[in-house]
Amino acid sequence: MDITTETISSLRKQLIAGDIEAVDIVEALDERIKATEPSVHGYLRFDKERAIDQAKSADLSKPLGGIPIAIKDNINETDEFCTCGSKYLESYRAPYNATVIERLKDAGAYCYGRTNMDEFAMGSSTEHSAFQKTNNPWDKDRIPGGSSGGSASVVGARSAIAALGSDTGGSIRQPAALCGCVGMKPSYGMVSRYGLVAFASSLDQIGPFSRSVEDSALVLQAIAGYDPHENTSCREPVPNFSEHLGKSVKDLKIGVPKEYFGEGIDPEVRALVQKSIDWFSKEGAQVEETSLPHTKYAIAVYYIIATAEASSNLARFDGVRYGHRTSEATDPISTYLKSREEALGTEVKRRIILGTYVLSSGYYDAYYNRAQKVRALMKHDFDEAFKDFDLIVSPTSPTTAFKAGERLDNPLQMYLADVFTIAANAAGICALSLPCGFTQENLPVGLQLMGPRYGEPTLFQASHAYEQAHDWWKTIPSIA
Amino acid sequence: MEYEAVIGLEVHVQLKTRTKMFCGCANRYGDEPNQNTCPICLGYPGALPSPNKEAIVKTILAGRMLKCEIPDYSEFDRKNYFYPDMPKNYQTSQLHHPLCDKGEVALHKYAFPKESQENPEASLNKVVHLNHIHLEEDVAKSTHYDDHSRIDFNRAGTPLMEIVTEAEINSADEAYAFLKSLQQILIYGDVSDADMEKGQLRCDVNISVRPKGETKLGTKCEVKNMNSISGVRRALVHEIARQIEIVSSGGSITQETRRWNDALGETTVMRSKEDAHDYRYFTCPDLMGFQTRPSLFEEAGKRLPELPQEKKSRFMDSLDLSEYQAEVLASDRRLADYFEEALSKTKESVSVANYIINDFLATEPDLDSPKIPAQQFAELAELVKVGTISSKQAKQVMTYMFEEGGSPKDIVKAKGLVQISDTSSLEPLCQEAIDKNPKSVEDFRSGKKAAVNALKGYVMKQTKGKANPQLVDEILLRLLG
Amino acid sequence: MSAEKIDVHYVAKLARIELSDSEAEAFSSQLADVVAHVQELNEVDLSKADSLIEQQGAGENHLREDEPFPGLPRDPVLANAPESSEGEIVMPKIVE
Repeated sequence: MDITTETISSLRKQLIAGDIEAVDIVEALDERIKATEPSVHGYLRFDKERAIDQAKSADLSKPLGGIPIAIKDNINETDEFCTCGSKYLESYRAPYNATVIERLKDAGAYCYGRTNMDEFAMGSSTEHSAFQKTNNPWDKDRIPGGSSGGSASVVGARSAIAALGSDTGGSIRQPAALCGCVGMKPSYGMVSRYGLVAFASSLDQIGPFSRSVEDSALVLQAIAGYDPHENTSCREPVPNFSEHLGKSVKDLKIGVPKEYFGEGIDPEVRALVQKSIDWFSKEGAQVEETSLPHTKYAIAVYYIIATAEASSNLARFDGVRYGHRTSEATDPISTYLKSREEALGTEVKRRIILGTYVLSSGYYDAYYNRAQKVRALMKHDFDEAFKDFDLIVSPTSPTTAFKAGERLDNPLQMYLADVFTIAANAAGICALSLPCGFTQENLPVGLQLMGPRYGEPTLFQASHAYEQAHDWWKTIPSIA
Repeated sequence: MEYEAVIGLEVHVQLKTRTKMFCGCANRYGDEPNQNTCPICLGYPGALPSPNKEAIVKTILAGRMLKCEIPDYSEFDRKNYFYPDMPKNYQTSQLHHPLCDKGEVALHKYAFPKESQENPEASLNKVVHLNHIHLEEDVAKSTHYDDHSRIDFNRAGTPLMEIVTEAEINSADEAYAFLKSLQQILIYGDVSDADMEKGQLRCDVNISVRPKGETKLGTKCEVKNMNSISGVRRALVHEIARQIEIVSSGGSITQETRRWNDALGETTVMRSKEDAHDYRYFTCPDLMGFQTRPSLFEEAGKRLPELPQEKKSRFMDSLDLSEYQAEVLASDRRLADYFEEALSKTKESVSVANYIINDFLATEPDLDSPKIPAQQFAELAELVKVGTISSKQAKQVMTYMFEEGGSPKDIVKAKGLVQISDTSSLEPLCQEAIDKNPKSVEDFRSGKKAAVNALKGYVMKQTKGKANPQLVDEILLRLLG
Repeated sequence: MSAEKIDVHYVAKLARIELSDSEAEAFSSQLADVVAHVQELNEVDLSKADSLIEQQGAGENHLREDEPFPGLPRDPVLANAPESSEGEIVMPKIVE
């Protein structure tokens, strides 16, 4: 077994056949982690002994029996730390399991390793983690993307089989593209958010990082489905995704939105994405240009709605019930002011201030209310487009991984990194990024496919077909 | 110059549910601190709310009892402000789409304080309109020590209904009557126990004064911290006087929040307008909006009780009770039910009402589980009706019922309380009364018909009260005639 | 809607975050950039938006039955608290 080339499905076959044992996976991963982590720093914590215990007791008859999954550090698991990349939660121990953790365990998987992230998932480079910088496994001078940069980097570095992340404006797909792995953002409501530390409630979704599309479908199958703990959870039965794998893309109607191919795209990215689109045509899909007219407003809409919700969601980090409390507190007000000043990072403060501003008296209609209306129009654009097309295709990110520190002083430019991924969150639809080639500098490029809400089966079908016809995912970074 | 007060109330009502508003923790008072908590009501990272259907149904029921309009669609908003007893530092509440719009409460005579009921200036039957009713979550409870405070989150997240009136209450007595009427209706619907002293009903008042006839509103103050309905009345009497004094001596009112101190009988400044909140309301993205029709509206409809005033009218019109009797019995749904249970066994409604109001209530019974079965009052009324015992004896029977227990029939038998109703034994005694009281006989014959009572009293005394009084009357009149 | 200068100190006070002067200054100009960027929303024709939002609002009710559900044991709750005493969470004194 070479752990760098295995997938969940290949490991499951070997486990079931008795060729390997679950603990062999832990040992092999441990070796790989030792080799890659000194340059990647994608994990915040991992506990090999605990993983071995869990591997030994794994029920191999379950769909993910014996498979370790790395978890972004903003998903609660009982008795584990859950820092969200923030000093504020450095000492917090989760007293409960997120629904996705319960579901993974029910499916026989176990959690191995907690991954780095931008503080409270706010960022596109993982440089806003309070604890460490994570490097891109393809070039350690570059960022891994964000906010789920830890999960993307360890799956990209092949030091995790699969991982969970969260995606509010592209936080799974953008780092997946930049790290050369498959990153999937399910439709809003498909995966329970219960236990995911909220950034922006109406946009957040948990989704898988994986080496292959098939693995993405396997993990989503395990974690998806109605959860009575979440009021916005979808009540529709979850389709069997595997049934849709292996079908061709013939006769699928694929839209190419012109707004996603304008200026500002790296020419190499553009060329690789175009090549992928040509492949779909060649395979018999009906590829046509389409329009999503409100695309240009996505960033504005996103930064108003996401920060507004975040300003409210993060108000609970107040130094009262858990987390950091300043030693200078003399009354409640100073407890809040100082605890938050001391323990929240600059980007988080910046977004809380912006979100508070757009909701404040006199500005609500001009900003928040207007943004909600434009959001409805964006959603309508997709509804109209999906009347004509099964899927929409675009680059995941306009550029490849940028150099560390490059955009730290310019928040607006950093925000623009999410330009192609935000719309799917705003519209609540599903989207997936998968590798579609490498640039001259050997940096991975991601192709984004978007499907209608609950259109995951077709999304997996087309992604899988593309993946099977290309060998991008089999290329391994030479970081170790 | 004459002034009038303009008062609006914000009434918070704890709903009777098993679980909290957005989580499955017990909605229960008196447990160990922080015993009924979970990630949701503690505002833990990652926890999400699930709305309690029962609390929504009860709020709609309150709205229907209070003649509100129930909009088809409702949703929750977040009200953002920091406070240590608020776990998420926003309160899930309703601003744009509350469960109930408008509504009203009529101020009936008996809702006013006793001493004001006969006051010709009391605004009997005035209708106070509601602005709306919305549903939200309660905050935790903090206790203050010398150098720190402690917080118990058991109450955090329990369902709380807020009833907001229009500013059309004009006196402390009206505010009192409003709260009494409201309380009665809420208890009737089993929406809340609504005990102000237990914090189940809490009331903040907004009050301003203006010269009578003026249409513009004066500057208002908010007054908080009243712990009983009479406390609200006292606070208002004081605050109205304070404001009138300031205004009439040429001063002006500062807009502020004041705290009522019931022991000192005064209000003091709590915070000024400069600290006014900017609540940054927005629709809660964790909660889906919901339709009130058909199911929630109909579920509330199934539970609509006969309201106190309707019941009172029925008691007067169909059961011949006086207004006072009807008012007392209808004032408490349990008492009314008890009364009606007795009436399933007799038609003597007036007698039964008298027994319950004059005698039974004097024993301060536990109306949740009364020791005396209601049917016993029916049995008693029947015994009087058929003449087995006199009304006077009925009183004696009740004394035994309350003190020793047992059914009226058994008591009558055991204590030998049967009324003497045969002429052959009473006639000799009546003759004896006439013979021994010539003065009374003379008075009677000279026209003082009331003198017969002295003769009757003699017979009653001789029979230890067992003689049938009507029969004694008949015999005496016949012998004297 | 015009791009007004954000009163960062007022907003920070609402958000209960103390900012240093240099932080406030940096935020002020960075947020001005963001606010200037979002002004582009002014050009959008919103005439169809309200009816679209209304359509999205309609759906079936997702409400919880009033059944108890186990909560948390007290120990981990108190262990997470910065300070606690006799089962309660301790705060610097609240003066109302």
